Amino acid sequence: MSELRLMKGNEALAEATIRAGADAYFGYPITPQSEIIEYLMTERPEHRTGMVVLQAESEVAAINMVYGAASTGKRAMTSSSSPGISLKLEGVSYLAGAELPAVIVNVSRGGPGLGTIQPSQADYFQSVKGGGHGDYQLYVLAPASVQEMADFVSDAFDIAFKYRAPVLILSDGLIGQMMEKVVLKDQKERMPDEEIIEKYGDWATTGKKDRERNIITSLDLQPEKMEARVHRLQKKYEQMEKEDLRYEKIQCDDAEYLFVAYGSSARIAQKAVQLGREKGIKVGLLRPITLFPFPKQQLFELADQVKGILSVELSAGQMVEDVRLAVNDKVKVEHFGRTGGIIHTPEEIIEALELKIIKNGSN
Amino acid sequence: MTEEIIIAGFGGQGVLSMGKILAYSGIMQDEEVSWMPSYGPEMRGGTANVTVILSDERISSPYLKLYDTAIILNQQSMDKFEKTVKPGGVLIYDPNGILAHPTRTDIDIYQIDGNRLATEMGNKKVFNMIVLGGFLKIKPIVKLENVIEGLKKSLPERYHHLIPLNEKAITKGMDNIFSYKVEDQLVDH
Amino acid sequence: MEVIDIIKPENQVFSKTCLMTDATLSYCPGCGHGTAHNLVMEVIDELGIVEDTIGVAPVGCSVLAYDFMNVDITQAAHGRAPALATAISRTWPNKYIFTYQGDGDLAAIGTAETIHACNRGENIVIIFVNNGIYGMTGGQMAPTTLPGMRTSTSPHGREIETMGSPLKITELIANLPGTYYVTRQSVHTHKHVRKAKKAIKNAFNNTRLKKGLSFIEIVSNCNSGWKMNPNESNNWMEENMFPYFPLGDIKVKGKLKQKS
Repeated sequence: MSELRLMKGNEALAEATIRAGADAYFGYPITPQSEIIEYLMTERPEHRTGMVVLQAESEVAAINMVYGAASTGKRAMTSSSSPGISLKLEGVSYLAGAELPAVIVNVSRGGPGLGTIQPSQADYFQSVKGGGHGDYQLYVLAPASVQEMADFVSDAFDIAFKYRAPVLILSDGLIGQMMEKVVLKDQKERMPDEEIIEKYGDWATTGKKDRERNIITSLDLQPEKMEARVHRLQKKYEQMEKEDLRYEKIQCDDAEYLFVAYGSSARIAQKAVQLGREKGIKVGLLRPITLFPFPKQQLFELADQVKGILSVELSAGQMVEDVRLAVNDKVKVEHFGRTGGIIHTPEEIIEALELKIIKNGSN
Repeated sequence: MTEEIIIAGFGGQGVLSMGKILAYSGIMQDEEVSWMPSYGPEMRGGTANVTVILSDERISSPYLKLYDTAIILNQQSMDKFEKTVKPGGVLIYDPNGILAHPTRTDIDIYQIDGNRLATEMGNKKVFNMIVLGGFLKIKPIVKLENVIEGLKKSLPERYHHLIPLNEKAITKGMDNIFSYKVEDQLVDH
Repeated sequence: MEVIDIIKPENQVFSKTCLMTDATLSYCPGCGHGTAHNLVMEVIDELGIVEDTIGVAPVGCSVLAYDFMNVDITQAAHGRAPALATAISRTWPNKYIFTYQGDGDLAAIGTAETIHACNRGENIVIIFVNNGIYGMTGGQMAPTTLPGMRTSTSPHGREIETMGSPLKITELIANLPGTYYVTRQSVHTHKHVRKAKKAIKNAFNNTRLKKGLSFIEIVSNCNSGWKMNPNESNNWMEENMFPYFPLGDIKVKGKLKQKS
């Protein structure tokens, strides 16, 4: 039976992790996501499902614990916030290179540097343009509600194991700290060890039994081998674009103008759509649910229909670059967003649309 | 129906939990709800606020610039949030410790002497329930029985014996909220 | 007996353990790594635990340990092997988990992971090969480089005033309550090889008994990095390394050994 609760985004994600049948969580406290490890420590999932929860000595240790568990076919997660994610990126690159499934959560805050603990979406580049070193991409899910904080956990593990690749859930302080109704899914059984050994025996380091040894590494000293690895990774990313792109269109059918926004900004932009329409501006919203893959084709097509596009994010203008690439100069694309932990209001978004797109004339 | 509320005051006044109980009450009658607290440095400065939205429809922005109702429980919050009430909206405040009273004439203003009433009841902790009662008198968006259900749901079992006291506090608040006319004050001065 | 008969399998007294692959070792001739690898693999073979053993390889000269050790191995980011081992041990509590790390990996970039895995008393085996230099990258200074020792980043000799003293990480972690067995061995003579093997076997038995963390330092040579021939390097090691890093058990069954 599913269960209805009022929960913070961070708590919902933590509970959903237990229910998704995860084997392990490794983390290090940082605001605004400490509720995740606090909730897990309080819940003691080792008694509920046998799931391991460990507070690591650092962000770096935590991501490498995930790497260790993932290399043996276990479902492992870590979470942090922006500065902590920076520390984890070496490990993320290794996970991608070694082709390991894992889930990383960023409840982001304002930066750069120590920045602020208030909500921000300034980690878009970090999330979708590598962040760590080397030719890799992360599959990035951007929840816009407490319900999605919960739902995306099992989705993320599914994708991670489908592609044997790390998956990032990019949230922010607003979604992490707010409470909403959430319907929790039933408890999924953790995969028994014997099943892991059987199912992932062709790659996981679970002990050499009735087979050749398995090796997990991201090292290829021979350039030809390394290039083959890189090509293999790119194939996965192409397949993700074909099969696992996710987005939501809100009031786009008759739209003359378009907002593009994800996560918390999408929620605020949705209110701006309502305010805009009350004022007689026919505006719609395209919400990328996955930031990689990005809804390029959908934007390209919408660009034929609308007079101008406003990319709205809590940053100085990051996603707007991908919007412009997708639109390919067909219509005017501008950025609007507050930074430093200030959250833009729906009214500000409408003002920006009027000022930057409508008044300035669109092409 | 959509009701967008800001509750603001000192940490320790039960601002966040009042919002939480209101949200739970909304869930009990099948509303969509959102509860968005201030967190971080603001909290450390001693003030706390929470935005609560109850609606029949999917809630878009959990973060707002303007509110249908502001429940204001200290001076700093008055300074910050009086101006955020939509024209025609409601401002409810506890005059205890307020030096600069609200001055807007395009909204409905109510006073509730929550601190004094809580002292009368012999339990300072029911302060927030008294204020909640006052709010529900003015905006009966959730039924009392659903508030009680919400309390049951949000409180750990070991506190359930306190529910009758909370119910009494809510009723007390309902009976003791009074309209405050800015115009009357202007005449006095 | 003719030579051709001596090398027939039935006449062999010693043979390579099946847990060492046939790949040619990438280590310099005379290096102690090959012997250390072989010992770990022999112990796993003799204990019959290969099906339940998972190794973690480091970054450093032994980054390619998985080419030679015929067991399941995950290669870690630089210094992070104890974090990986922690997670594997926690999620597979009945397996035998070992890390194999050098001095840069374990005692410089990975100091935090080493200390905290030791302090938590993870049920793992850490094999620490200390040769006082960074071999793989071409002979730079290690945290365990001796005072006055020349390396490519201490070309005038390690100055204690500016570069600090060699780090005795093994003594340091022995003082943590989480460690159960801490010992320092070497593999440069038959006698030492036998003792080292006994220590490694003891360590894996501790894992079986869930006793917690066993830490085996192997003081080794780096004839290439030290710019000596193998014999010279072994002599130099005895004369210079052993006084600073004395061999023997430091902590047994959770109790520090009294200094005599």
